[in-house]
Amino acid sequence: MTEPGGGSSPDKDTAGEAELTRDQNRTDAPGVPAPGAPAGRQAAEPAGGTGPEEPTGSVTQRFGRTVLDSILSANTVTVTVLAIFIALVVGAILIVVSNPTLTSEYGYFFGAPGTVLADSWSVVAAAYANLFKGAVFDPATVSGAINGTNSWSQAFAPLSETLTYTAPLVFTGLAVALAFRGGLFNIGAQGQAIIGAIGGAVIGFDLPLPYGLHVIVALLGAAAGGALWAFIAGALKARSGAHEVIVTIMLNNVATLLLGWLIVQKGVHDPTRTDAISKNVDKTAKLPTIPGVDHNIVRVHLGIVLGVLAALGIAWLLQRSTIGFRLRAVGANPAAARTAGMSVGGAYVLVMVLSGALAGLGGGMQVLGTTASSLTAQVTANIGFDGITVALLGRGKPWGVVASALLFGALHAGGNRMQSFSHVAIDLVFLVQAVIVIFIAAPALVKAIFRLRAARSGGTPTTLAKGW
Amino acid sequence: MATLTVYSAPGAAVPTTGFWTRARKAGLAFLVIGVLAAGIFGPLARQHKSARFTFTQTITGAHVDIPAQPGAIAFGLLCAIAGAILLAWGRAARMLVLLISLALVFLVLSFLCWQVASGRNSTVLPLGDLSNSTVKAALPLVFGALGGVLCERSGVINVAIEGQLLTGAFAGALFGTIFSSSWAGLIAAALGGVFISALLAVLAIRYLVDQVVLGVVLNLFALGFTGFVFTQLMAQHQDKYNFAPVFPSWQVPGLSRIPILGPAFFQGNFFVYLAIALVVLVHVGLFQTKWGLRTRAVGEHPTAADTVGIKVYRIRYRNVLLAGVIAGIGGAYLTIGDVGNFNANQTSGRGFIALAALIFGRWSPFGATLAALLFGFSTALAQVLSVIGSPIPQEFLSMLPYVATIVAVAGLVGRVRAPAADGKPYLKG
Repeated sequence: MTEPGGGSSPDKDTAGEAELTRDQNRTDAPGVPAPGAPAGRQAAEPAGGTGPEEPTGSVTQRFGRTVLDSILSANTVTVTVLAIFIALVVGAILIVVSNPTLTSEYGYFFGAPGTVLADSWSVVAAAYANLFKGAVFDPATVSGAINGTNSWSQAFAPLSETLTYTAPLVFTGLAVALAFRGGLFNIGAQGQAIIGAIGGAVIGFDLPLPYGLHVIVALLGAAAGGALWAFIAGALKARSGAHEVIVTIMLNNVATLLLGWLIVQKGVHDPTRTDAISKNVDKTAKLPTIPGVDHNIVRVHLGIVLGVLAALGIAWLLQRSTIGFRLRAVGANPAAARTAGMSVGGAYVLVMVLSGALAGLGGGMQVLGTTASSLTAQVTANIGFDGITVALLGRGKPWGVVASALLFGALHAGGNRMQSFSHVAIDLVFLVQAVIVIFIAAPALVKAIFRLRAARSGGTPTTLAKGW
Repeated sequence: MATLTVYSAPGAAVPTTGFWTRARKAGLAFLVIGVLAAGIFGPLARQHKSARFTFTQTITGAHVDIPAQPGAIAFGLLCAIAGAILLAWGRAARMLVLLISLALVFLVLSFLCWQVASGRNSTVLPLGDLSNSTVKAALPLVFGALGGVLCERSGVINVAIEGQLLTGAFAGALFGTIFSSSWAGLIAAALGGVFISALLAVLAIRYLVDQVVLGVVLNLFALGFTGFVFTQLMAQHQDKYNFAPVFPSWQVPGLSRIPILGPAFFQGNFFVYLAIALVVLVHVGLFQTKWGLRTRAVGEHPTAADTVGIKVYRIRYRNVLLAGVIAGIGGAYLTIGDVGNFNANQTSGRGFIALAALIFGRWSPFGATLAALLFGFSTALAQVLSVIGSPIPQEFLSMLPYVATIVAVAGLVGRVRAPAADGKPYLKG
C-alpha cells in the first residue's frame, strides 16, 4: 500500500485506543451502518498540509479528496486490505525461512546478498503466482481455451474451485457470525459440521428417496444434526452458565471421535473397502452441478447459491425480524434484555440451534456436494475453524461473511495448487487466515504500523468481553 | 461461574436458597446415577469373574480381587447411599466435598468392576500404571492451568493456552533436535510460549482486542504456524529437525517404591518435579508475597491498584509473559519430555481442558492442579481400559476426558467467581 500523505499522523495512539474503547462500549458495534464514508470526512481535517487542495475546490476535487482520505484513514476497507497484505508478507517470510536451500544461502548472506534476495523473491513469487492461478485463472489455460487446445471449462476450473470451497465456508461463517450477534462465541462449528455431515450422509445413502426430494431431506438432516449438537452447548449455557467456548470445543472432540467410530459400523461402512470410509451417498441426494459441463473439472454446485440465499435469510432475520431483534438485544446487553422481559436463556438456546443448523448445512455440503461422496475421518476438513476466521473477517455481518468466505475459499483453492506446484504446504493458508484476522481484530495496530489517520470504524468485530 | 450467572446467563438462574440447595441437587444426581450403576454395571459384569487390581505398574505383585458382579452392585449402591445422605442432609458444609468425592470414587469403582472383569486381553488393572498415566496426562494441563492462573489473576483472560502449549511443544522438538540438547529444547519451548504470550499481551493490553476472540485466533495462528513449518520442514527431514533427545527419568530413592503414589510422582522426569515445585511456588507467590498481592489487586480492581501506585500494565505484561514461559514448558513435556518428536496439532485441545481445569479449580494453583489430575485420570482410565480390552469401543473411551470436562464445567462447578477484572482492559485515566 502507499504511504499516507506526508506520513504524519495527526493523532496519537492513545487517542486511537480511547476511540477503540468507545467502539467496544457501544452496545451493538456490528449493527450500526458501515461508517466508512462519514468517517472519511471526519478525518478530512487538514493534516500536515500535504493534502491535494483546499476542500473548497471543485466538486470532483472535493470528491477525490474524500475518496483519498477514506483510503488513507483507518476505515474498514483499508484495514482489511492492509491486514491481507501484512498476512501475505508474513506468509512470504515463512516460505523463505522454511526452505532449507534458501536458509543455507542466508548463511553467507553478505557474500552475495543480491543472489539470495533474488532467489527468495523468485521462490515466493512462484508460490503466490500459483496461489493466484489456482484461485482465479491461469493465463495458460485461458489462452489455450481461446486457441482451442483446451476446453473453456478448464479455464473456468480455478474459479469453480474457489466457489466450491467458498460454499461450506459461507455456512460455517454465518453460523459463527450469527452466534456472535447473539452474544455467544460458537467455536463448535467444527463439531456441528461433523454431525451435520453425518446426518446428511446417512440420509444420503440409507434412505431411498426420489430425485429432488432426497437432496432436500438430506440437507434437512444435516441441519438437524448440527442444530442438535449446538443445542447441547446452548442449553448448558442457559441452564448452568457453562461457558460455551469450553463446552463447544469439547463437543468438537467428541464429534470427531463419534465420526471415527461411526464410519466403521455396519450399515455405514462401505463393505467393499477395508479402510475407514462410509458408503457413497446416492446420486439422488447430490447437490446439482452445472448441467452439460464435466463436473470433475467444474465442480461448483448448488451449494454456493444456497449459501448466498442463507446470507440473505440471516440478514433479513437479524435486521427485519422480531427474533433477530431479540437476539441482537440479548447479544448486546443481556441484563437490559432481561429487564425488558426477554428470555435470555431462551435466546441463547435459539441462537445456538440456528447457528448449529447453519454449521450442519456447511458440513452436509461436504458430502452432498462435489468435495466428497462418503464419510471419512477428515470429511469436514477444517471448515468449522475456518468459519471462525471468516466470521471475524466478515465482522459478524452476513454479507461480510460471504465476501470473506470468498477470499478464504480462493486462498484454499489456490493453496491446493501452491502445494502441488510449488511444494508450499497448504497449512500456510491457515496461517495467513489467522494473521489477517489478528490484524482485523486490532485495527489500532494496523493504523500504527502504516501511520494511518483515525477513523471511527474498523473496531473490533464484536464485543464479547464480559469476562468468564 | 457466578460472574457468568450475573452477566450473561440465563433467566433460569440457579436458586441457592430454598429446598433445592446445591448439595441436594448433587445428592439426587448421585442417588440416581448410583442406582443406575448398580442396575446396569452389575448385570453387565460377567458372573463368577473377578476384577484384579494390582498396586504395582505390572500385572503381578500385591493385589486385591473383587468379584465383579457383587462388586459392581455394591459400589453402585454405596454411591447411591452417599447421594442419599447429601439429599437428606442438604446443607453445603465441609462434608459436601468429601461426600461428593466418595460418591465419585464409588461410581468409578463400580464401573471398573464391570470393565476390568470383562477385559478381552486381561482382567487385571495395574493401579500403579493408572496413577503413572494419570500424572503423565495431567502434566501439560497443570502447566497450562498454572499459566492461566497467572494471566487471569492479573486480569487477562488466557484462551491461548492451547497455542502456548502447541508452540512450546513445537519449539522444544525443533530446537532440541537442532542443538541436540533437551535443555536447549526446554529454553526454546519457554521462548515459544512467550512468543504467543507476547502477542496476547500486546494485543490485549495495548490494543484492547477482545480477549476471548484473541485467544481463539492466536490458537489458530499457532496451529497454522506450527503446522506449516512441520509439514514443510520437520516432516520432510525427521532426523534433522524432529528427533529431539528426551529428558531421562529420575527415580527418587525410597519414595519411588511407595505403591500407587510412587510411580505417579517419584519416577518421572524433570517435568514432574518442576510441576510440583511450580504449583507450590505459584501458590506461595500468589498468596504470600508482595508480587502476589499486587497481581491479585490488579486482577480484582485495577483502578484501586493504580491509585496506590501499582503499575497495572507492567504487572499484567509480566504475568502474561511468565504464563507463556510456564505453558511453553508444559507443551515441551509432550515432545522432549515424552516422545521426542512433534506432530501437527499435537496438543489436540489440551489447552482448552487446562482452561476448564483453571475454572473448575477456581483460579487457584492447587485447585487447578487437582482438576487437572481429575481430567488426567479420565484420560489415563481410557488408555488403560483400551489396553485391557474393554467392551466399550476405543472412541467412546477416548471421549471420557472431554465429557468429564463438560460435566465438570456445567454441573459440578457451581458458583465460582472469576477475578473481578478478568477480561476487562484497563484504561489509565
